[in-house]
Amino acid sequence: MSTVGGLEHPIDPLADAPPEGWVAGRSPWALAAHKLVRNRMAMAALAVFLGIVVVSFMGPFYADHIAHTDPFTSQLTATTVINGKRVDVLQQGGGVLKLGETPIGPTWQRNYFLGADSQGRDVAARVLYGGRTSLTIGIGSAVICSLLAVIVGMVAGFYGGVTDSIISRGLDVVWAFPVYLLAISIATVLLTQGLTIGPFSISASSLWLPTLIIAVIYVPYVARPVRGAVLSVREKEFIEAAIAQGASNRRLIFNEILPNVITVLIVLLPLMIATTILTESALSYLSIGVQPPNASWGTIINDGQQLLYTRPWVAIAPGIMIVLTVLSLNVFGDGVRDALDPRAKLRVKD
Amino acid sequence: MLTFVIRRMIATVFVVFTITVLVFLIFFHTPGVDPARKLAGRNPSPDTIKAIKHQYGLDRPLPVQYLILMKKLFISRDLTSYSNQGQKVVPEIVAATPVTLSLVLGAAVIWVVVSILMGVAAAVLRGTIFDPMLMVLALIGISMPVFWLGEMANLITQDRYHDTFLFSWVPPLGYTPLTQDPVMWFKHLVIPWLVLSVLYIGLYARVLRADLLETENEDYVRTARAKGLSERRVLLRHTLRTSMISFVSLFGLDFGVLVGGGALLVEVVFALPGVGLLTYQSLISLDLPVIMATVIYGAIFIVIANAVVDVGYAWLDPRVRPA
Repeated sequence: MSTVGGLEHPIDPLADAPPEGWVAGRSPWALAAHKLVRNRMAMAALAVFLGIVVVSFMGPFYADHIAHTDPFTSQLTATTVINGKRVDVLQQGGGVLKLGETPIGPTWQRNYFLGADSQGRDVAARVLYGGRTSLTIGIGSAVICSLLAVIVGMVAGFYGGVTDSIISRGLDVVWAFPVYLLAISIATVLLTQGLTIGPFSISASSLWLPTLIIAVIYVPYVARPVRGAVLSVREKEFIEAAIAQGASNRRLIFNEILPNVITVLIVLLPLMIATTILTESALSYLSIGVQPPNASWGTIINDGQQLLYTRPWVAIAPGIMIVLTVLSLNVFGDGVRDALDPRAKLRVKD
Repeated sequence: MLTFVIRRMIATVFVVFTITVLVFLIFFHTPGVDPARKLAGRNPSPDTIKAIKHQYGLDRPLPVQYLILMKKLFISRDLTSYSNQGQKVVPEIVAATPVTLSLVLGAAVIWVVVSILMGVAAAVLRGTIFDPMLMVLALIGISMPVFWLGEMANLITQDRYHDTFLFSWVPPLGYTPLTQDPVMWFKHLVIPWLVLSVLYIGLYARVLRADLLETENEDYVRTARAKGLSERRVLLRHTLRTSMISFVSLFGLDFGVLVGGGALLVEVVFALPGVGLLTYQSLISLDLPVIMATVIYGAIFIVIANAVVDVGYAWLDPRVRPA
């Protein structure tokens, strides 16, 4: 970007060549990017996160070509080969009565690497598929939430007055609502019958439902800082200059204010994805998030709860994936904030 | 100060009112969702739905429905569960509240003590390897889903290592009231306390460290040093004291959220019969009045906690009063 503070540098028409000792100016974006790239912790975290994304989206490949299994249908009578012997995936329970069935534990081979769940499905393949779902919902809802929040925060901050008061009071009320309770309320109601607004209808088992619910509940948390940034940018002199030039509202919003507010979003986005992934897993764990036949890390942890003492890997594996994903996003997000947020410069003095 | 308190109280009443309306609309008037159908079971006839609508007053005008519901919830307190007609919702919540309070209070003690120690240690040890190590630990705590951590704690203390001297004292999942057997109460709650406090230890340690480092640059800290005060005195009486302001207000908000329903996941994992478990059980059976009542209870508690924090803050720091 060649603009600083939204205005282009005035160019001196008499200067043909840069004067001696002239140092090429670097935009704040380039400086921030440079700072971020040099932050080794943040880069390592980004690598871990991208690794998890790639591996998760390889789920179908793993299921088809490595584990040779379908992770979404019950495999109650499936068998697998261990040490050259063919064994049932669901083994008869022990004891005199041989009651109940225990799924096979981790084989640490291509097939049933992490064992099977109570329906004989390959846990490793499910964790990968689940990761795809969790990441899609996490990233999707964070992006949708940011878009909504920019619109809301921008309108409130730019137009001010009554519009601002109404929007801000509304955000206050949603803010006063505990996040999980709001999500639970909306999810319980929508999960039985889906959502129908006019011509649009979303079925109850659609992934759009948890994505939209999570996106909506976090809007106030992003809209507030956006509104604050708009309010402070609006008072700057370059806005006054643009108004003096006869800039339309549209130009003011999109060309002058938006580029200066976007840093707020960039700083928040990685941390928001971390939060939305955690929220999705909690809702799915409570069985009001992702619905079967889809799986997410949260639903797999829920499946694993019944098998916790006999086959703990069903619950351990998706949990580790969540911790790694969220941790890498948090570390990366900290790096982005340090690189972009001027206030952080005051703070980090070590 | 008095005008501030009064203004804050009016705002609180307004927010509580809006929240009850919002919850009522979410539960009973989401477009395309009909609570009567939910009650009627599979493939109900139109007559059944009509009868149910009448029985629950769902055919009355909206404001009337709202008022009836609020009357049942706050005044006559005889709101009944949909799935179990004999079950009165309000007494259930009242009975479950001490469990939630026990859980949250104990965890709060742990997280306040540990996070202050961690935050101060990290700030004091800045420049050594311990500061980043402590902060990475804090980040890991923030990044763990609390229900998963709870399951892992159960796996270790209830099963894998239950027979060793380390965890043989851990009783099976459940709850014993404090008044009945204080020792058992304590034993039941230790593991849930630790699990619940992990996230907040991480959060608070990070916030406190950042605040301590920021306060470090203030003029009065330099003055205190220039006066020749010992480092310990500067830290405890000057830096830490100011840094505690945001810590305390954060604590008020988080405590409110946890008692108001945020401890739900921990209660579910450890089978503690608090308000959160009540909410969860009614989620499974889609018992709308119970979920609605617990949500409203939680929201009201949180709004009041916020108001208390604001008033306390204004009392501590007169600058915020005219806001």
